[in-house]
Amino acid sequence: MDRFDPLIASGIAAAIPLVYAALGELVAERAGVLNLGVEGMMLVGALAAFATVAVGGGVTLALGAAMLAGVAAALAFAALTLTLQANQVAAGLALTILGTGVSAFLGRGYVGFRAPATFEDLPIPGLSGLPLIGPLFSLNVLGYAAIAMLALTAWFLFRTRAGLALRAVGESPAVAHALGLRVTRIRYAAVLFGGAMAGVAGCYYAVAQFKMWQEGLTAGNGWIALALVVFAAWRPWRTALGALLFGGVTGFGLYLQAAGVHVSPFLLGSLPYLATIAALVAVSASPQLLRRHAPASLGKPFFEGD
Amino acid sequence: MIRLVRRAAPSRAMLWGSPLMAVGLTFALGAAIFAAMGLPPFSAFHALFVSPLSDLNGIAELLLKASPLCLIALGLAVGFRSNVWNIGAEGQMYIGAVFATGLAIHFQTRWGGWMLPAMVCAGIAGGLAWAAIVAALRAHLHASEILVSLMLTYVAALIVKYLVFGPWQDPAANNFPFTVSFEDNALFGSLVEGTRLNTSVLLTVAAIPLTWVFMKLSFTGFQLRVAGDAPAAARYAGHSEKRAIWIALLASGGAAGLAGVTEVAGPIGQLNDRWTPGYGFTAIIVAALGRLHPAGIAIAALLMALLYIGGETAQVALQLPRAISYVFQGLLLMALLACEVLVRFRLQWTASTRSSQAA
Amino acid sequence: MQTTATPLLRLTGVVKRYPTVTALDGVQLAVAEGEIHAVLGENGAGKSTLMKTIYGVVQPDAGAIEWRGAPVSIPDPVAARGLGIAMVFQHFALFESLTVAENIALGLPGRLDLAELGARIVEVSGRYGLPVNPWRAVHELSVGERQRAEIVRCLLQSPRLLIMDEPTSVLTPQAVGQLFDTLRALAREGTAILYVSHKLDEIRRLCDRATVLRGGRNAGEVDPRAESEADLAELMIGRSFPKTQKRAQARGAPGLEVAGLSLPPNGPFGVALHSVVLRVHSGEILGIAGISGNGQAEFLSAVSGERRVSPNEIYLGETPVGHLDAGARRSLGLAYVPEERLGRGAAPDMSLAENALLTASRKGMVRAGLIDWPAAEAYAARCIREFDVRAGGPRAAARSLSGGNLQKFIVGREITQQPRVMLLAQPTWGVDVAATALIRQRILDLAAAGVAVLVVSEDLGEILEVCDRVAVMAGGRLSPVREVGETHAAEIGAWMAGGFPQ
Repeated sequence: MDRFDPLIASGIAAAIPLVYAALGELVAERAGVLNLGVEGMMLVGALAAFATVAVGGGVTLALGAAMLAGVAAALAFAALTLTLQANQVAAGLALTILGTGVSAFLGRGYVGFRAPATFEDLPIPGLSGLPLIGPLFSLNVLGYAAIAMLALTAWFLFRTRAGLALRAVGESPAVAHALGLRVTRIRYAAVLFGGAMAGVAGCYYAVAQFKMWQEGLTAGNGWIALALVVFAAWRPWRTALGALLFGGVTGFGLYLQAAGVHVSPFLLGSLPYLATIAALVAVSASPQLLRRHAPASLGKPFFEGD
Repeated sequence: MIRLVRRAAPSRAMLWGSPLMAVGLTFALGAAIFAAMGLPPFSAFHALFVSPLSDLNGIAELLLKASPLCLIALGLAVGFRSNVWNIGAEGQMYIGAVFATGLAIHFQTRWGGWMLPAMVCAGIAGGLAWAAIVAALRAHLHASEILVSLMLTYVAALIVKYLVFGPWQDPAANNFPFTVSFEDNALFGSLVEGTRLNTSVLLTVAAIPLTWVFMKLSFTGFQLRVAGDAPAAARYAGHSEKRAIWIALLASGGAAGLAGVTEVAGPIGQLNDRWTPGYGFTAIIVAALGRLHPAGIAIAALLMALLYIGGETAQVALQLPRAISYVFQGLLLMALLACEVLVRFRLQWTASTRSSQAA
Repeated sequence: MQTTATPLLRLTGVVKRYPTVTALDGVQLAVAEGEIHAVLGENGAGKSTLMKTIYGVVQPDAGAIEWRGAPVSIPDPVAARGLGIAMVFQHFALFESLTVAENIALGLPGRLDLAELGARIVEVSGRYGLPVNPWRAVHELSVGERQRAEIVRCLLQSPRLLIMDEPTSVLTPQAVGQLFDTLRALAREGTAILYVSHKLDEIRRLCDRATVLRGGRNAGEVDPRAESEADLAELMIGRSFPKTQKRAQARGAPGLEVAGLSLPPNGPFGVALHSVVLRVHSGEILGIAGISGNGQAEFLSAVSGERRVSPNEIYLGETPVGHLDAGARRSLGLAYVPEERLGRGAAPDMSLAENALLTASRKGMVRAGLIDWPAAEAYAARCIREFDVRAGGPRAAARSLSGGNLQKFIVGREITQQPRVMLLAQPTWGVDVAATALIRQRILDLAAAGVAVLVVSEDLGEILEVCDRVAVMAGGRLSPVREVGETHAAEIGAWMAGGFPQ
């Protein structure tokens, strides 16, 4: 049993930042906005967090800096797509390229240093000793907060008036507008929320998990978060399921390596990406399922002046 | 207060003016960045963008970089016009290079003069094969081509690493990750003496008018454009959606694979793990900047190549990280998207917010 | 008796301009409390724009609005609701994936208490005879139920003014009667009603006064009961129109045959088809009446080839074609004018020449895979000329044409292909009267030339005017086919509700 604990623990650790990023993107997509710039937002958030701890700020300040950086990046995207009516796919790509470049450029002085502070684990006595699920009760504050965010997002979307309005906007902004809902304002809020969450994910990578900074720290996990939203059929709790599965695959690859299995680490490293493709295919192969759950106006621009 | 009002018809002036505005805006922002870093903007620009072009060698380097960018962007434009978003051209380029390298290092001089043409075919085949995975998953299983092609790019990069650290590693390389250098018969011939410019540039030059003929004059090109402009109209007309997806992805995949061959059988002369130029991503910006039009793409490719060269010069001359060129690329794309608003909308000044008050 | 009471709502000099057209040009309107006031005009006269202005969805460029004598501005629907104005939209403002209660909650202020709202919905719907279940998702509801949900949404706001925008286009004749009873009850309680329509007989049945709009301007304010239908029509159109000329035509062999077409629903919001059997002869016009959403879209996609079925379910002439795609069927002589013009019948950002290529490419425009652009432009120019299309030439973008002109172009493009079988869906929906007359006449001419014509339309008046035989599609089933002379609106209305022998 003990041999699996590190596997489970690393699987959960890999899942936590994905949950944040996926939840943020899920809310944006529920409002009808497709933001492909998650990777870029995560990177600027990661750098902001690392730079904050590197200059002596505490981890809480780092978290705040990361969220702010994510929001700033998301604001650029929102202005382009919601106000200037730019194509959402192209704008998202631009954000990723810019975020990658800006974080690499500004972070050049921080490469090679270790984070002087980190998020300590807060194990719950008694529960954290349980076999198999013990690691779930031995998370740091960001980990516990991720679980809270799952519940909060589900409650917001399905039990509040604001969440109802957001889902209505995602289905048909034209009808929502005719009813008097502030479509652009709601979409802005959803996108900025997505930016904040991506920032938190970046903070986790830089300060909690890798405890360092380098170019491209997030290694494509922003794209995986996007795939997770589709895999979860835009339901909050399901993103956790997908993230855990994904984390499990990543952990499995590391586990095989540690166990001395003679497969190239590079081929093992491709497992998470292949698993993501498989998950996407599994979920997309039934167009009925997707059409029922996908926000009907996803990716389509809405101009309030029409 | 300024308001956006939709135009009755897209403004032709802005259609070609917005890329120019975007370029101007980006250079202005760049000047501001340099000034903020304490570098005099004018001389920085001169050092990065003008002096590298001041001799024949510099022009050759410009064309050498512009060629794969242009090639990939031409292929991508075919896809983007039909609303098929191939983000994984970089990975398709790697696999094209891998296929070509496989021939070069295993058959070396034995194939004589047939080696290079065979490598070109292999490279295209590699790009086609990698893109075919995306096409199959999108056309038949409805999986997002954006996410699948991107995931496959990460996988392709890992495949390259696996090969050059493993079975294809040059035995005399002291565990450095590269293959043996290609023999002469596996390399493109030099086009201009004393420079690195090789004959592969001619392939790109041929591709430009071919792409134009395809998109403007062929019925298949028309079908792809309808698929992008009005998918319901394409179904009404009886155009096959699956066929459009396959053609769009194979066109861009094949182009990317070809670009991959021109790199490994050109300036690099081998396969190694340092070769990650990001052409597949930059080509997206080239295609957008060139308005998805072959002539525009050619010009945009030259401009982007200039940004690349500027980035490399900045690395050496100003000790800036290579990433600065990504900053410029991202800014350029964003500036383009922002300026594009003026194509479909115009600005209107209103005195007050709303009113229906009258005497 | 001259009343000196201040009108509940008064608009004066309202102007609204769009890039391609001036929708309202100095319009005035006055409605009294408890009055049922019609707003009458043909398609494109500005009725919908005027209502959107009153409801705050659209801001006028000039003009004044007075509520109970005091000047007001209505910047958005929330403000309109605050004044006591409620609107039932022509294309319902409902979200398919949400329940009725959730939809209604979105339009009401205050805390979200779905249970309490559900109870109120049941109470109001009972009081006014509009049964609706608050807990079903909208996509499961029939069109009539959706409209009832829209009306209940409005009634829950206790409106002083209720705007109904073309409410009866989706109702059976019997349901229209029920709606009118409800509206009269509301009027007796003091609610004013603005009833927007182009259906003269309904307006004369229901309304106290009528404001007629023509081309964005006032054409008159009358008592509809004191005017004849012909007089009202003349106010609407500005001149009298010749009726369509129908010639007697012998019926030939079947051009189109549907032999037991059954289909499972296409997606979560689709309708299944059950054993549809149909035969359209050369030289005849067969009409399928019925409210949209009863399987017409599925039926048309199977007949046109957008959706493929088994070979023997559909025949063109003697040839089984069920398995062929749309292009192959066109080669065999099928032509099709779909319901949606922009985005389906024509690609909006492409020129008319390119849109000619869309379906008529096999008429000499493509050789060896390459396009003969001069041939495409010539074809488009011919359609423009022969069908009186007001456009900037073959290079004009489809988007730049008005609805009526684009429809004329599309109909022209299909007819010029000299088909043997012609399908038309909602051929004159949203089209101005002049274009409507031209299109209907060309359909009649087509049949006179021996083509088998199938018209699917929600507009019963159109079917009865143009078609030789008629059937009704309801719930994915087709009724028996009748000669137009042997049936009448009441029977067809009953069939639209599904009451026909299987």
